[in-house]
Amino acid sequence: VKPAPFVYHAPKTLGDALANLAEFGPQDGRVLAGGQSLIPMMAFRMARPAHLIDINTVAGLDRLAVEGDMLSVGACVRHAAFHRPVVEGPTGTLLSRVVRDIAHYPIRLRGTFCGSLAHADPASEWCLAAVTLGAEIIAMSRRGRRVMAADDFFEGMMATALAEDELLLEARLPLLSPETHFGFYEFSRRAGDYALAMALVTFRLQDGVIVAPRIGIGGAEARPRRMAAAEAVLAGRRPDTESFRAAAEAAADAVEPMEDIHADAEFRFDLVRAVTRRALERARA
Amino acid sequence: MSAPTKDSGLAWVGRAIRRVEDPALLAGHGRFTADLPAALRVRFVRSPVAAGRIERIAIPEGANVVTAADLAALKPIMPALHKFGYVPIAQPVLASGCVRFVGEPIAAAVAASEAQAEDIADAVSVDIAASAAVIDAGAALADGAPLVHAQAAGNLVVEGKVETAGFAAAQGAAHRLIAIELRSRRQNATPLEARAGHAAFDPVSGRVTLTCATQMPHLLRTAIADLIGMPEGELRVVAPDVGGGFGQKMSLVPEYVVLVWLARKLKSSVAWTEDRRENLIASFHSRDQSVRLQGAFAADAKLLALSAEVVANVGAYSCYPTTCAVEPLMAMAELPGPYDVRAYACVARGVLTNTCPMAPYRGVSRPVITTALERLMDAAAAEFGMEPVEIRRRNLIEKFPYTSVTGLIFDAGSYQQTLEIAAAAIDVPAFRRRQQQARSQRRYLGIGFAAFSERTGYGTPAFAARGMGVTLGWETVELAMDPSGWVEVRIGASPHGQGLRTTIAQLVADELGLAPDRIKVVHGDTDRTPYGWGTFASRSLVIAGGASVLAARKVRAKLKKIASHLMEAAADDIVLTDGVARVAGTDRALPIETLARAAYHQVHLFKGEIDPAICETATYDPPGTFSNACHACIVEVDPETGRVTIARFVVAEDAGRLVNPMIVDGQIVGGVAQGIGNALLEEIVYDEGGNILTATLADFLPPTSREMPPIELLHLETLDGTTITQAKGLGEGGAIGAPAAVLNGINDALAPFGVTIEEIPATPRRIRAALRQATKKPR
Repeated sequence: VKPAPFVYHAPKTLGDALANLAEFGPQDGRVLAGGQSLIPMMAFRMARPAHLIDINTVAGLDRLAVEGDMLSVGACVRHAAFHRPVVEGPTGTLLSRVVRDIAHYPIRLRGTFCGSLAHADPASEWCLAAVTLGAEIIAMSRRGRRVMAADDFFEGMMATALAEDELLLEARLPLLSPETHFGFYEFSRRAGDYALAMALVTFRLQDGVIVAPRIGIGGAEARPRRMAAAEAVLAGRRPDTESFRAAAEAAADAVEPMEDIHADAEFRFDLVRAVTRRALERARA
Repeated sequence: MSAPTKDSGLAWVGRAIRRVEDPALLAGHGRFTADLPAALRVRFVRSPVAAGRIERIAIPEGANVVTAADLAALKPIMPALHKFGYVPIAQPVLASGCVRFVGEPIAAAVAASEAQAEDIADAVSVDIAASAAVIDAGAALADGAPLVHAQAAGNLVVEGKVETAGFAAAQGAAHRLIAIELRSRRQNATPLEARAGHAAFDPVSGRVTLTCATQMPHLLRTAIADLIGMPEGELRVVAPDVGGGFGQKMSLVPEYVVLVWLARKLKSSVAWTEDRRENLIASFHSRDQSVRLQGAFAADAKLLALSAEVVANVGAYSCYPTTCAVEPLMAMAELPGPYDVRAYACVARGVLTNTCPMAPYRGVSRPVITTALERLMDAAAAEFGMEPVEIRRRNLIEKFPYTSVTGLIFDAGSYQQTLEIAAAAIDVPAFRRRQQQARSQRRYLGIGFAAFSERTGYGTPAFAARGMGVTLGWETVELAMDPSGWVEVRIGASPHGQGLRTTIAQLVADELGLAPDRIKVVHGDTDRTPYGWGTFASRSLVIAGGASVLAARKVRAKLKKIASHLMEAAADDIVLTDGVARVAGTDRALPIETLARAAYHQVHLFKGEIDPAICETATYDPPGTFSNACHACIVEVDPETGRVTIARFVVAEDAGRLVNPMIVDGQIVGGVAQGIGNALLEEIVYDEGGNILTATLADFLPPTSREMPPIELLHLETLDGTTITQAKGLGEGGAIGAPAAVLNGINDALAPFGVTIEEIPATPRRIRAALRQATKKPR
């Protein structure tokens, strides 16, 4: 478990980091932030970057702030920053609930929010949150800055729209309105394990019926996705068990599950049904 | 440690004193193999394919890489067994000509650092002409299956058969025949410390010291010297602090042979530290078995006859010294367990496959056969419409000594009593009420029991019956008191987490009237300890502890003799207590250190009647003893996700005298944790090509503290004098009983759905698959 040889770069400024990326990104260069996924993969030699560009030394990347109706999460903000609500209202509470299912405490102290997005593991809680909440992903390179919708950013299993020379500089989460209900439910083999399926849902109630429902499913497909069919089932219905069962059924019908040693397709249908309904029940509570 | 001791009394034994091992370990001062500096580091190149012919090994220019060609003078590993049609099979230290499993070592890359060695190993290219591999035991037994070893026809390496006289008649008389088929998936023992070896050449003596994470230093010395063809005197084996073994470290490791060979050749120090991936792929596995049972029950639910068919996937090679027959043959001998059954038939097969070799793992076959037998008991209870406790009550043995249908002699135990106190603790009637209430809320609770015996502390007669080439069993202990009155106990057993330095000191303390902190137990160094077999099979406290007591009694007799000379009293009137020798009924007394000093410096006082120095040796070779226990648990199954949560777990156990109750509790809780892992989580998965899909701890899932329920422990102490210390072994019981209790609990919870799970681990995926097949709507 020793990584293959690589060249280590520790830029001090964003400009230097982007210069490093421009030069070494195309030569198998990778950004090192929290390193909680990349370093184990390197130890197993499953990842063999030729260059590591360490952004932990770049000042200012750990910025976490509310700007208007958006929460801005900088490239070096750690998971642990979300242990307590970072903003008043449902968004802060939601993030503090979701973070508890991310691996274990020591990992949360090192790993970063944006690093999780860039790594794009199908079982990543933050990727699911980004898609469900409609985050904007801000990529920066010497060529310039561009903004992508989370849904466009995730392209597949551990595949994103980020170019070789780009740094995922910031993620921007739209703040949920104060009356938004949310619920999160994750199924994993053990506490802290990768999700085999998870659901993050939000909705508002107007005149006793559900409006603007969002149902995001992660861990089940190659990338997290909102389940439009399930959302359509839910919209305009009362928040009762029957509605939730119907929406969960629709989510299970819509999912195109991955298969692995822990869960075959049939089991993932079961899990998607269960986590969707339970997330909805939690949202009602 | 200032409490009083009394002459040959039980002042220290029975007390939960803190382990002398722990302060160093907790402060980070433990000394493990990987802590040693080494001039050279080794990384092994391992086979990426399950079966094939090695056509070419391309070594990077200038790299130091050793292959089978370099080791041509070494003998292959070839353990012997003289019974049950065992086919001897050879394992070359490095793969020679062909490979037989993914992970088999092919070459050793040697470099100044681990990173460099790994780079070299990475650059070694091995061309292998892959051939058809057999992974599953059933496939390996099929007609025309590729042979793993040409000499083992049908891939059958061992076959045990037994049928008692009158079996057919007993079965024919049955009121009901009940069958069960249990599948236990493959496990890895997963010690915290994986394997590690460090071999250092000493230019002065010409000797090599192999420091390694082993459970059996002396046997390793013999085995390696045999393979290399060197005198044992040129090899010293040291087991320093070892981070758990659970059996995975009680077999000869081919990698260690390469290290010793390299140290001699290069006249240097070479080290290898196994990483977790290697450990999961290429260290020993266990428990890949299928068991079919048929029980013939009388109308009163008494078990009249039991028949069994055991198929054990033993992997690609045979481990030394036990051989790969250890799992199927132990299954055959011990399958009837703690039940009074007088007719028995069994066929137990060991089947070679292109998978990692098997070796003993805590409990060996017994976690599997106990699960099968306990599932049979619950299936029968359901058929008879009785509580699981009742069918066990009717069948557990209760008169001792009891000679089992396979000829094993059970010494006195408390099989019925442990069942009753476990059942009382878990409160079956109250549980049944809660279970009914919960079902009405669509919550599914279940109760599971496992009653079992644990054969422990057995000596040469038991091992001789197995017919192994090496008859293990006895232990010798050397006990020396130095002139300052401090005691050194040198043992051939090799504890690696069991706390034997504490418990043996407690035993010796009571014999000598000394506090345990004056008694130092030395182990794990072939230069410092008498030849012995190491620590495995729940034997060390019974056998090495028994030998320690015997040696201490000799020392006690000598101390009394010295005291009688110095105080002019009869030796029989001398009492050793509180570190002092007293003349009973008088105020005459001498500190024990004065006696010790005299034994070395004042021998002239004894007028030739007492030999100088204090050093006594004793050997103990017991017939063996059975511990017993009953586990009971309450589980909840989430029918939507298949998740199992353990709400309560009760262990009622009897291992005779508890030398240190805290250590006993630790052994049981640790064993139960591994048993819960076996029941719910841990599984080594191969694909059809023989690649391991569970090569990291993200996929092979031992339980963590978050999955562990609190374990409620109840102790009984049957003291019948079978062993010298009245203590029985108990290292494996936790792991033996827990899978059965958990699986029975799951099946009880699933009863309303009309489905059963007969496979461990009972994963959420498997439970959901069964529930999808459910024909019944839950009640």
